Amino acid sequence: MTTLIEAIRGPWAWYVAGPLIGLMVPALLLAGNKSFGISTNLRHICAVALPSRAPYFAYDWRDAGGWNLAFALGIGIGGALAVRLLVGDHLVSISPATQASLAALGIHEARGLVPRELFSWSALGTVRGAVMLAGGGLLVGFGTAYAGGCTSGHAISGLADLQLPSLIAVVGFFAGGLIATWVLLPMLLGV
Amino acid sequence: MRGLLRYLLLGVAFGILLVKSDVVSWFRIHEMFRFQAFHMYGIIGSAVLTAGVSLQLIKRLGLRSRGGEDIGMPAKSLGRGTRYWLGGTLFGLGWGIVGACPGPLFALVGGGVTVMLVPLLGAIAGTWMYGVMRPRLPH
Repeated sequence: MTTLIEAIRGPWAWYVAGPLIGLMVPALLLAGNKSFGISTNLRHICAVALPSRAPYFAYDWRDAGGWNLAFALGIGIGGALAVRLLVGDHLVSISPATQASLAALGIHEARGLVPRELFSWSALGTVRGAVMLAGGGLLVGFGTAYAGGCTSGHAISGLADLQLPSLIAVVGFFAGGLIATWVLLPMLLGV
Repeated sequence: MRGLLRYLLLGVAFGILLVKSDVVSWFRIHEMFRFQAFHMYGIIGSAVLTAGVSLQLIKRLGLRSRGGEDIGMPAKSLGRGTRYWLGGTLFGLGWGIVGACPGPLFALVGGGVTVMLVPLLGAIAGTWMYGVMRPRLPH
């Protein structure tokens, strides 16, 4: 029993978490013929909260997106539960090679969910922090709306359904991520 | 509202999975883009495989949703494909910097990393910008 609790409290292996994440796709289909995809919620939030005459936001968000907004709220609650009850401020067991390359960029401790040196309210006051947090977020939102989906909608749902547009989008995700990791981050971190 | 409860609960499960598997961790995303560990590839690969097998089973068995509808994913139209590679690349630039895509952003904010409200609000603003610029963008 104690070992089971310890296993749940510790980090979950990819071969446990990955298939369970994949099961979100049939679960949502069976629950009500809904397609797994998170980024649409950003559009729904715009339709709810931001004024715009753009036709892109002129639709019945309750009807089209009520279920997905409930799903997104659930993700926030799940995140809170998992952090409070199941894990602490733990060291992420990333590879020694990544630890070494991060140290070269000035990030010395892979603790918790985000690097505190870069992502904190005080870091937001610096040009670097503002560019990374606000600018990075802007790219995430613009890009996912333009591409019509994010990691969940294209990389998981779309690839599982063998859709070519999703494959093209996922190649784009990785191209962008590689440029950000190998070119932009070293520039932003001043190395 | 009662009809929404099942989606809320599935979201809770997904949020817990994202945290427990370190998918929400900036460090894991960075490690993935440096090709220094299998972890994220294992998660995405096994998720796609599980979802794909499930979709095939749903089709073969002719399963219906709780409401009795035929179920399936809507096909995305390719068009010229510009929106997919260009939008995808812009998204990837943000993903590599912020280290979180939209699902993890919700989980991180809920999990108490409140500063991630900034990229979440940024992403909402980015989506709004797309909505306004949409008629002038190549798709």
